Amino acid sequence: MRLELRHVTKKFGSFIANDSIDLVVEPGEIHALLGENGAGKSTLMNVLYGLYEADGGEILLDGVPVHFSGPGDAMAAGIGMVHQHFMLVPVFTVAENVVLGHEPVAGLDLINLGKARAMVREISEQFGFEVDPDAVVEDLPVGIQQRVEIIKALSRQAKILILDEPTAVLTPQETDELMDIMRQLKAAGTSIVFITHKLREVQEVADTITVIRLGKVVGKALPTASQVELAEMMVGRAVGLGVDKSVSDGGHVTLEVRDLTLVDTSGVTLLDDVSFDVRSGEILAVAGVQGNGQTELAETLVGLRKPTGGTVTLYGQVDGETVAHDVTGKKVKRILSEGVGFVPEDRSTDGMVHSFSIAENLVLDQVSHPPFSKAGALNMKAIADNAAQQVETFDVRAGSPNAAIGTLSGGNQQKVVLARELSRDLKLFIASQPTRGVDVGSIEFIHARIVEERNEGAAVLIISTELNEVSALADRIAVMYKGRFVGIVPPDTERNVLGLMMAGVPLDEALAHQTSATAGKEPPSPPPDTGKQEAGLPSDSGAGHKEGGDHE
Amino acid sequence: MSATLTLDREHVGLAPRSWKMPIILSILTLAAIIFTATTPADMSSGVALAWSARLGTTRLTLPTLLTIGILTLAQVGVTVWSWAVAISRKKLASWWVIIFGTAFVLVFLLWAVAGKENPLQFTSLLSGALFLSVPLIFGAMAGCVCEHVGVINVSIEGQLLAGAFLAAVVGALTHNAWIGLLAAPVAGALIGCLLALFAVKYWVDHIIVGVVLNVLVTGFTNYLFSTVLAHNKEVFSVAVRLPKWSIPGLSEIPILGPVLFAQNALVYIMYVAVIILQIMLFKSRWGLRMRACGEHPRAADTVGIKVNRTRVLNTILGGAIAGLGGAFFTLANGLAFGKEMSAGRGYIALAAMILGGWKPKGALVAALLFGFADNLQNALGVVGVAVPSQFMLMAPYLVTVFAVAGLVGKVRAPAQEGTAYKG
Repeated sequence: MRLELRHVTKKFGSFIANDSIDLVVEPGEIHALLGENGAGKSTLMNVLYGLYEADGGEILLDGVPVHFSGPGDAMAAGIGMVHQHFMLVPVFTVAENVVLGHEPVAGLDLINLGKARAMVREISEQFGFEVDPDAVVEDLPVGIQQRVEIIKALSRQAKILILDEPTAVLTPQETDELMDIMRQLKAAGTSIVFITHKLREVQEVADTITVIRLGKVVGKALPTASQVELAEMMVGRAVGLGVDKSVSDGGHVTLEVRDLTLVDTSGVTLLDDVSFDVRSGEILAVAGVQGNGQTELAETLVGLRKPTGGTVTLYGQVDGETVAHDVTGKKVKRILSEGVGFVPEDRSTDGMVHSFSIAENLVLDQVSHPPFSKAGALNMKAIADNAAQQVETFDVRAGSPNAAIGTLSGGNQQKVVLARELSRDLKLFIASQPTRGVDVGSIEFIHARIVEERNEGAAVLIISTELNEVSALADRIAVMYKGRFVGIVPPDTERNVLGLMMAGVPLDEALAHQTSATAGKEPPSPPPDTGKQEAGLPSDSGAGHKEGGDHE
Repeated sequence: MSATLTLDREHVGLAPRSWKMPIILSILTLAAIIFTATTPADMSSGVALAWSARLGTTRLTLPTLLTIGILTLAQVGVTVWSWAVAISRKKLASWWVIIFGTAFVLVFLLWAVAGKENPLQFTSLLSGALFLSVPLIFGAMAGCVCEHVGVINVSIEGQLLAGAFLAAVVGALTHNAWIGLLAAPVAGALIGCLLALFAVKYWVDHIIVGVVLNVLVTGFTNYLFSTVLAHNKEVFSVAVRLPKWSIPGLSEIPILGPVLFAQNALVYIMYVAVIILQIMLFKSRWGLRMRACGEHPRAADTVGIKVNRTRVLNTILGGAIAGLGGAFFTLANGLAFGKEMSAGRGYIALAAMILGGWKPKGALVAALLFGFADNLQNALGVVGVAVPSQFMLMAPYLVTVFAVAGLVGKVRAPAQEGTAYKG
């Protein structure tokens, strides 16, 4: 089926999310829609899927104009979508989720579960998904949940499949498997619209690339285009993809974590005997797939959660003497006062007060003492001066320091949070997902600022699910899996090795896999070559990881 | 919300030990021991068992101390076992709790009626409990339907009252209890419409709308009662009653027969309603779609289900079910309408639904438990034991507070109940 969008426009109030977009997806092609966060990719696809009503333009399928008043219409027309946040009911089984909305009925309105299971099994076998139709969705790993979403779309005879940022939640190996699935679907005649902001993936799998910036199509490209070219189109100016950073040998140990364990009230071990050091003047980056205990590690270190066992010790220098402070299980205020800065993972709920001004948000942690307050009254002048200076230093793009922080873009909000946390004299700086939902321009700035903090002698702990970010910033990389540190490796470790470790494979085994797969190692540098290993992931969950790559 | 963990279930190193269950059981066992210790050796407890209409009634005279001593020992046994289970970080199987609960109730009953002239009418204690739990069960079913589709229904109380009112008035006008019974769900459905209008269409907080509707119905029926009904007693306040049917054969089963199958017609409707709902909610297309709207409305929307329409229709259906239950107060009891007849049963129904884990069969058991507590004071009163009625009325709420606090284990509400779906 040939899909054509003509002059599609979508406005939210005065904000134009999609500005007269033209797009053609030929039958059986993988069409990548590349753009930064907030460029309007997802909005466009939601218009196509009938979730939003377009304010202008038209959609044509095989040359015939169509109008979708809801997702039901889009599905009936053969369009399926795998949303970034899965549209699966967690407490339903796989079969129930797949048939929801078009259930086979056995009479008396009762669902014919046998037919539903057969439907799942048939598609699952066709593409080698190995999904159990009776498994409850919330018990499945995200990679498998994504396959359930694909089965759901295919069971409705989707001819065009929209994948919205499908790799955000996957390990590099799972991403490779997804790409294989995409190639299989293409071979079976399904067109795929692949929404992403990851250049490596686009180059690997796309047939055609359309780049969107600020709601407009800014160009088309072929997968042979270089990453630098694609990045420039996406951002609109030249960007440095790497980070300038000298080699650091690290100073004295600043943070010492020993056997840190955290068990939640339902008995699930979130942190399992985690031990590591961070030295002053070095960046330790924690890599891992979302949900493997990284969030909890950061929250435990700053005192938001009380550990079940283990110790956290901060070392400081007083008159040339090393002083140890045991901060295990201490209150947040106490830990921060030891010289710890913290950028939380979800800045909009945990890092700022939405309706407060930029100026107020910049002093949230310091208003209880001079110069920002005296005898319980705020010193507005000091707060305003501070704001003016920080907005300048951190290049926060805002109308006025008195604007509510909630009105800023993600990147500018993050700069404000960063400015506040870095405005104190820090021994240890912890940042969780420092560039999530931040535009490429701001990412450059934030990365540079983090490296600067390191160069000034702070110990820095970065937690990120983006491997590019981890590789760019880290002096050492720790890989986390199911609450444990799988290993701590140097920053030039190959992407594939990191990927295996992110799936729980110990370092030496990961290296063995790697050398057996790619003979003759090149000195790794981003972008890494896309050679995939022959051996698949060891099946760690029982249900589902497809063994081996059959892409050649 | 921060990251959800995808750790698998086997990766549970050391589950924290939970001491709640053994502590509760120990306290109750201690109470049983005190009952036993304060019983003189020569007392006896009389219990009357009505086997069936044909077999007649047997009066048992049990030596109090010996009987409750044995039962208390059984409780001690279960309590010790519960400590052992807690130490090994496991969960006590629920049938142990059932054994314990039964033993405790029996100890209490035998102790309370010890040395009295009249025997405890055990069969009628149970059949009366079932009868009294009818409005609770209908109310809880209404709650299940509404909450699974994502609407919190606090207005069960108002729906019961409206059902009771319209059923009585229509029954009186037509001199026919069955036509009155048809009117009851209409009244409940009307209140359901109002709830759906404000909660689904105008995104008003569900609990606030529910409470307001309860006050509205109370005020409105009180007004009609004291103006229209009170001045035309011979027209509007004719009491009609639904018949009591003994099912041939089934009602001859010893004990169970007279309890379950010699009941008011509304009780049989209740059996059917619970069975149908239990099956349809979890096995039918209707159930799957409406639960999807309560668990993940956006997912339902993306497969073409009209979320708000589904919510409105099912909220009205829920209202109708509660309205039908309202017929209990008037038609099933053979009474004319009286002010505030529902007397808080709607809230207890809500509690039963929560305690029953949002499932019809669970809610049924919880409602029966509350009905039993309710009827206990009647049964004990007949024997001559004065239990303050207020105390017995408190019991369901106490049980629910503890249950919701997590004693009964993990009960999970539909994920998106009480939230507006803005499409």
